[in-house]
Amino acid sequence: MLDWFDTNLVSMVDGVAYGLLLFTLAVGLSLVFGMMDVLNLAHGSLYLVGAFAAYALSDGSWLGFALAIGVGMVAGIFGGGLLAAMTAPLSGRGHLDQAALTLGVSLIAAEVMVMIFGAEVVPTQPPDALAGSASILGHRYPVYRLVFIAVAGLLAVGVYVAFERSSLGALVRATVADRDMVRAMGVDTRLVLFGVFAFGAALAALGGALGAPILAPGPGVDENVLVLSLVVIVIGGLGSVKGALLGALVIGQVQTLGVALLPTYAPFLLFGAMLVVLAWRPQGLASLVTRS
Amino acid sequence: MRGRIGYIVALLALLSVPWVMGPYAVATVSKILVFAVLAMSVNLLTGVSGLPTLGQSAYFGVGAYAGALTAIHLTDLGPAQVVIAALAGAVAAALTGPVAVRARGVPFLMITLAIGEIAYSAAGRLDSVTHGTDGLSGIPPVVAAPGLAPTVNEGLVFYYVLAVFLVLFGAVALLLRSPFGLTLRGLRDNEARLKAVGYHTTAYALVGYVIAGAIAGAAGSLWASAQRFVAPGDLGFEVAALALLAVIVGGVGSMWGACLGAAVVIVARDYIGANLSGHGPLLLGVLFVAAVYLLPRGISGGLRQWRRPARKQEVAA
Repeated sequence: MLDWFDTNLVSMVDGVAYGLLLFTLAVGLSLVFGMMDVLNLAHGSLYLVGAFAAYALSDGSWLGFALAIGVGMVAGIFGGGLLAAMTAPLSGRGHLDQAALTLGVSLIAAEVMVMIFGAEVVPTQPPDALAGSASILGHRYPVYRLVFIAVAGLLAVGVYVAFERSSLGALVRATVADRDMVRAMGVDTRLVLFGVFAFGAALAALGGALGAPILAPGPGVDENVLVLSLVVIVIGGLGSVKGALLGALVIGQVQTLGVALLPTYAPFLLFGAMLVVLAWRPQGLASLVTRS
Repeated sequence: MRGRIGYIVALLALLSVPWVMGPYAVATVSKILVFAVLAMSVNLLTGVSGLPTLGQSAYFGVGAYAGALTAIHLTDLGPAQVVIAALAGAVAAALTGPVAVRARGVPFLMITLAIGEIAYSAAGRLDSVTHGTDGLSGIPPVVAAPGLAPTVNEGLVFYYVLAVFLVLFGAVALLLRSPFGLTLRGLRDNEARLKAVGYHTTAYALVGYVIAGAIAGAAGSLWASAQRFVAPGDLGFEVAALALLAVIVGGVGSMWGACLGAAVVIVARDYIGANLSGHGPLLLGVLFVAAVYLLPRGISGGLRQWRRPARKQEVAA
């Protein structure tokens, strides 16, 4: 048992890092869906925007790193606002049109990024100060990933607290639950929607800027992270922060530990995980921790 | 009556294709017909049953590999390949469908998208069956009927694809008029009421899903016969997106619209996109955005959709 733990420790820590990375994407996707029934298929592009910002601006110094985060987030907020403005006029037309629109936007964004950054996956360096590796229980492990786990973990806790414990979070939760009632109480729900869209987009871009050294930007990466975060919110439960976090951690492990243990079944693990969770808890893992 | 004339004109135009077009254009029209079959499969779920899907590329791919493997190892007889590929698509849909049909609307879209992506990565990694990212080559030319010579000529391949397309188009038209087809429409329009009358709606959705999987599988076999090469890229996200775009451009719910949409999409990507020095996806994205804003009811919605004031009066009256 201890041996097993020792052999797979690196995979498991990797899984936590991967899971937290997915959380930064999935939470925005999940909330936007929960609030306005919009499936934002361009969400993966926002990760790519942040990650390319990190690739273009980080030069190993702290200043470059901070600049990358700042630029990535501003671009993300801008992109999210644009998407919110584009989907708003379609609100009466069913989700297929909204999905088609965001799919179109993601194709355009992907092509534009290929034109600017080329059609290769570009490895991105973390700040020099974090580039080394540390030793955990006798294993060498990149320092940057450990720092990423700490930062993204704090971010997840911050989002969770803001969503569950603040009055602004209560407003968002109320809008997810019953938009018409919130509007009847005199709140401009469009503003709430816009805010959540922009917030989710900024978080995805931040995930990209921080995650670029772990999951390097390139063509196809947007699609890849989009599908993973969709699976995360299907597993976790739609429109819930807790669900997104739980689902992200599970999928992180499936994609690292699972693939390390069962390499031959790797392509089917993701579907298997979805199957098991949906058969066991059709409402997603969030229903395990929600009192109702 | 007007509809019937339209069908006859379309059929005559299709029959004349190999006589008036060059080999590359004929191959493109073959590709359009294959995509039209896939678009019908997507439309059966998205338009008719109200289950938006981005995962039919998975069953298309299963059919393409099944058809190709049948051609290489078993028989070069085309109809046999189509039947085996359709069965393979149906089995794959029956195995994966139960997860998807529990959901409706956007969650259904998400789950099918995940199924498509997983099938794509599986095709790339199951080297022993699919030859991985190298793709499956060496598919022998298809024999359209017992006793005929293998079809190598582009024009004859086109006629083979056209024949299978027409059979499938007719089968789908019959299906839509059957009580089962009407039940699928009911699933889209008012599932709660259907349930209240005593229909087991999830079972109907699953059967519809399996049929759509079979149609996509048949399209995959045609693809393998026409291209004589199958690679994981053939069941990638782009294929699913193209098929959905064809349905949206053509008008959700209309089968001839979906076929026309397939033509628009393929011509845009392979003809106009090729002239844009490989920026086909960019054009595709623009098409998506334009279709959503400008053609809310697709081509089959006709010109009426732009006369909005008239429609409002209708509602008022």
